[in-house]
Amino acid sequence: YPKRVKVVEVGPRDGLQNEKNVVPTPVKISLINMLSETGLQVIEATSFVSPKWVPQMADHTEVMQGITKVPGISYPVLTPNLKGFQAAVAAGAKEVSIFGAASELFTKKNINCSIEESLERFSEVMAAARAANIPVRGYVSCVLGCPYEGKISAAKVAEVSKKMYSMGCYEISLGDTIGVGTPGSMKEMLSMVMKEVPVGALAVHCHDTYGQALANILVALQMGVSVVDASVAGLGGCPYAQGASGNVATEDLVYMLNGLGIHTGVDLQKLMDTGTFICNALNRRTNSKVSQASCRL
Amino acid sequence: QEPQASGLPEYIKIVEVGPRDGLQNEKVIVPTDIKIELINRLSKTGLPVVEVTSFVSSKWVPQMADHKEVMRGIERHPGVQYPVLTPNLQGFHTAIAAGATEVSVFGAASESFSKMNINCSIEESIEKFEEVAKSARNMNIPVRGYVSCALGCPYEGNITPAKVAEVSKRLYSMGCYEISLGDTIGVGTPGSMKKMLEAVMKEIPLSALAVHCHDTYGQALANILTAIQMGVSVVDSSVSGLGGCPYAKGATGNVATEDVIYMLNGLGINTGVNLYAVMEAGNFICTALNKKTNSKVAQASFNTGTV
Repeated sequence: YPKRVKVVEVGPRDGLQNEKNVVPTPVKISLINMLSETGLQVIEATSFVSPKWVPQMADHTEVMQGITKVPGISYPVLTPNLKGFQAAVAAGAKEVSIFGAASELFTKKNINCSIEESLERFSEVMAAARAANIPVRGYVSCVLGCPYEGKISAAKVAEVSKKMYSMGCYEISLGDTIGVGTPGSMKEMLSMVMKEVPVGALAVHCHDTYGQALANILVALQMGVSVVDASVAGLGGCPYAQGASGNVATEDLVYMLNGLGIHTGVDLQKLMDTGTFICNALNRRTNSKVSQASCRL
Repeated sequence: QEPQASGLPEYIKIVEVGPRDGLQNEKVIVPTDIKIELINRLSKTGLPVVEVTSFVSSKWVPQMADHKEVMRGIERHPGVQYPVLTPNLQGFHTAIAAGATEVSVFGAASESFSKMNINCSIEESIEKFEEVAKSARNMNIPVRGYVSCALGCPYEGNITPAKVAEVSKRLYSMGCYEISLGDTIGVGTPGSMKKMLEAVMKEIPLSALAVHCHDTYGQALANILTAIQMGVSVVDSSVSGLGGCPYAKGATGNVATEDVIYMLNGLGINTGVNLYAVMEAGNFICTALNKKTNSKVAQASFNTGTV
């Protein structure tokens, strides 16, 4: 197992984006500020996408400008295209993310173009980011299965990952978008991707829709992956399975890593308190089992 | 089903504990006919073992008061084992009279837990179990041994792997054919699971070991994976994840059978169990209990209509 794991907190973006209730800007800002106190080193803050598509992220500029930027912590934002990138930088962003997919159908349905066309759009962002010295993180969706295509070949995932890495992304986050993966498919997919991208540049982004996330993350760690995405309180349902869960809960991940003696720098209690805060604000129960167990009512 | 991942067992025996461990920890008292229907449905899923009930005093466990009726009422499918809990000799005799053909005894790796749970020390409980084991041996009845608190205790906190190994060895030596190591409060992680199993494997052959993980802290599948990577090939689970945790109000308990099978299928490991049939049995009991399933696979599947 790696001695240290970098936990990338995606709650304020991926989490909130998939929550039904639109969260007021001050609450988003408080959430991010509280997360900044937990020891997390990377907190995905928002998404510079058109509010027409993602109403939850309409306040992206206010959030970016309103949060306390703690030195040593990175606050990446999503930028689907050059326009979003420019707005992000103007609002103070110092790191951006781009979202690719290993599935043609998913790309078509999600952003209305082919994988090849999406990569062309990204290359514009890459060029601008390089000129501005802004690091870019690449996401690959549907790495273990697609809601439309079903099975996804590991070779395809490796191909898309390689292209994004070659374009200049410093890290590739491999997303099990609908949570269908198991340790078996995770191992197979990573074996292929690791032929094209160094393991030090890989991250896993597991959804817990089928309860497999921690087992999948465990296998990834065993193969040398040392960056793991998670969402405080397991915020963010699955848009493809109504009522089902989505992101793996950061608390549950940190609990497991603590038990393995792996250093994360994260204070689990402060994290749980942050989870409690946002769940109260959203008027919902936490998806974190650690949180549920520790709350002795 | 994927081709089997190397280094893992080819076959894993799933021990279904929903009707006993699951229902025992559910608040609502389930009518006898519902219990029987649940067990009959589980018998048709391919599960090789279904833990039926507990021959314990109804004063302590009201949910299991109908143990005789359940034992006599269920269909007995060929190839399926129907073990029952027998805490002492009296329970054992009652179980046999009611038709039981396999029994289980429950030890613990924690003195405090033993005292609080069954009001005696570990040593005293072992003596009681030895009486059961002796009678069982005379009657050719297999006995399964459980060790609770294998990864932590609600009263003592940390439990040493050496203690777990010691209690396991006592149960195995008295004739238990299998030892099920229980993470009773679900606090274990792959780290503590590995250390505990390493200690126990020095005393007990791998093929006689099972893991009984609770999902209270969401660690169950990761812990089970660790165990099977070390060669363990028997896993306990509960349909729909029935059974909360009596030590953490509102928290979950048993790992859901559906979620375990989903993982094992993905690993190319044979279980003989039809996942969809288990989900249907889970749907049945959750409807009867008027509660939501604790199985994530069931939650995801019933909402998309796909498996």
